[in-house]
Amino acid sequence: MSDILQQLLQENILWQGVWETVYMTLISTVFAYIIGLPLGVILGITDENGIRPIKWLNTALGFIINVFRSIPFLILMVAFLPVAKLIVKTSLGNKAMIVMLVIAAAPYVARMVESSIKEIGSGVVEAAKSMGANTWQIIYKVLIPESKPSLIIGAVISTITILGYSAMAGTIGAGGLGKIAISYGHQRYKDDVIWVCVLLTVIIVQLIQVLGTFIAKKTDRRINPKKQK
Amino acid sequence: MIEIKNLEKTYPSKSGDVVALKDINLTVEDGDIYGIIGLSGAGKSTLVRCINLLEKPTDGQILIDGEDLTKVSKKRLLELRRNIGMIFQHFNLLEQRTVEDNVRFPLEISKVKRDEQNKRIERLLEIVNLSDKAKSYPSQLSGGQKQRVAIARALATNPKYLLCDEATSALDPQTTESILDLLKEINQTLGVTVIIITHEMKVIEKICTKVAVIDHSNVVENGKVSDVFADPKSDVAKQLIIPDLIRATAEKTGDVKLRLIFNGEVTDRPLISALALDLGIAVNILYADTKIYDKRPYGHMVITIPNGDNELIDRVTDYLAQKGINYKKEL
Repeated sequence: MSDILQQLLQENILWQGVWETVYMTLISTVFAYIIGLPLGVILGITDENGIRPIKWLNTALGFIINVFRSIPFLILMVAFLPVAKLIVKTSLGNKAMIVMLVIAAAPYVARMVESSIKEIGSGVVEAAKSMGANTWQIIYKVLIPESKPSLIIGAVISTITILGYSAMAGTIGAGGLGKIAISYGHQRYKDDVIWVCVLLTVIIVQLIQVLGTFIAKKTDRRINPKKQK
Repeated sequence: MIEIKNLEKTYPSKSGDVVALKDINLTVEDGDIYGIIGLSGAGKSTLVRCINLLEKPTDGQILIDGEDLTKVSKKRLLELRRNIGMIFQHFNLLEQRTVEDNVRFPLEISKVKRDEQNKRIERLLEIVNLSDKAKSYPSQLSGGQKQRVAIARALATNPKYLLCDEATSALDPQTTESILDLLKEINQTLGVTVIIITHEMKVIEKICTKVAVIDHSNVVENGKVSDVFADPKSDVAKQLIIPDLIRATAEKTGDVKLRLIFNGEVTDRPLISALALDLGIAVNILYADTKIYDKRPYGHMVITIPNGDNELIDRVTDYLAQKGINYKKEL
């Protein structure tokens, strides 16, 4: 074990890194969903086979989302620093990093949500329409609840993607495991620090995946029709 | 009363418009169980979807108790749909909701108060005989049970009309029977007017009072079930109603065949025996399918007179005419 790794452990820097990674990821995911969920729903319902086809809106929104998704995260991060400054009054540190993660992840989330929404069969939607449901009622009483298991799986994938992005936080002075691996491990030639960071990241990803899949299965009444209270 | 007037539906496509329905005129009286039958692709599913405007007609009127659905505002349309329940071939239940919450769905949509919701759900589940499944999820139910839930859900808002789109086509014969019995019961006890789309003759036969036969986007025949059944005029209706008869009459035996049509006239004596006794002519029965509705015979019989010459045949036809039996000569 290298002296630096020992120092990191003793000064709790590693654990701080784990914590920073986790909280940046989770907060970013939440905000990415606040923006991405409605966008995804709009994409889903304005599609030509959706419940409210609006071609121009679907095309325009789809185009913007594609643009954002084509920018590599590292470039997006530096290009949009002024936006972070505008929103959180700083272009450095964890707060700025969260803004960047949200900008990068929201379009991704929107596509995930769109695909979940589109999985809902036209039959159920037709049944809801036949009962006099309006567009809004179909969205919040049919599309979202019925696609819940798929939405949860999507959220797990999104969270893990955001976690991956967060490794680049060091670039703009934010923390987390990625930063530790670069500045303590890579730059000081301590391979064991890098591998400990990798290991910790793997553990976090596994936990998110296992927990997410568990919740998705547990709440899916098609495969787990446990009796309600 | 539902009146469909000059209904047309065309779908635009690259190679020109595809006509799904053409000049459809139908009237469904209150209390009817109205069957709409046709082969697949005839346009019957489109027709039923036009009745509650899930499909927007290209032209024509849909009058529900005199109100033209094609002209009302969007808001009014949503209100009117609550008066027209609908059930489907694949049930279309909400998989993530319990049985009772599926039935609750239309009540939530119509903003019925929670107490009232519970009362109605309880009563509806009693009607469809599923009270013990209230807390189950659709994935735990059989096909027939799912359709019962769908029926309860469709009836939740006390609709005056119920549309059934191939509602029994995914069910086995026994379950089909029980669902049809339930629909009949609903028609009789709750006074709900039922419109049934199907490709199965036995569905029409079992519960419908009136029937329309659809072929190639048109209504080719309609009227009381007993009338249409007794004497189907269009090729499609013959194919659907009496496929064996078609086969029987198509057989080339060399003899002239007579198709006797029983239209509900009561014959005083068993006809074929009487024919043999009175005229001394023995006939062969090639095909017979008769049913008794309200103590009256309906159906068809195909007979031939072996080696019969024209004179013999004339004697038979005169006899039939005298007894008031409709017949047709088939070759």
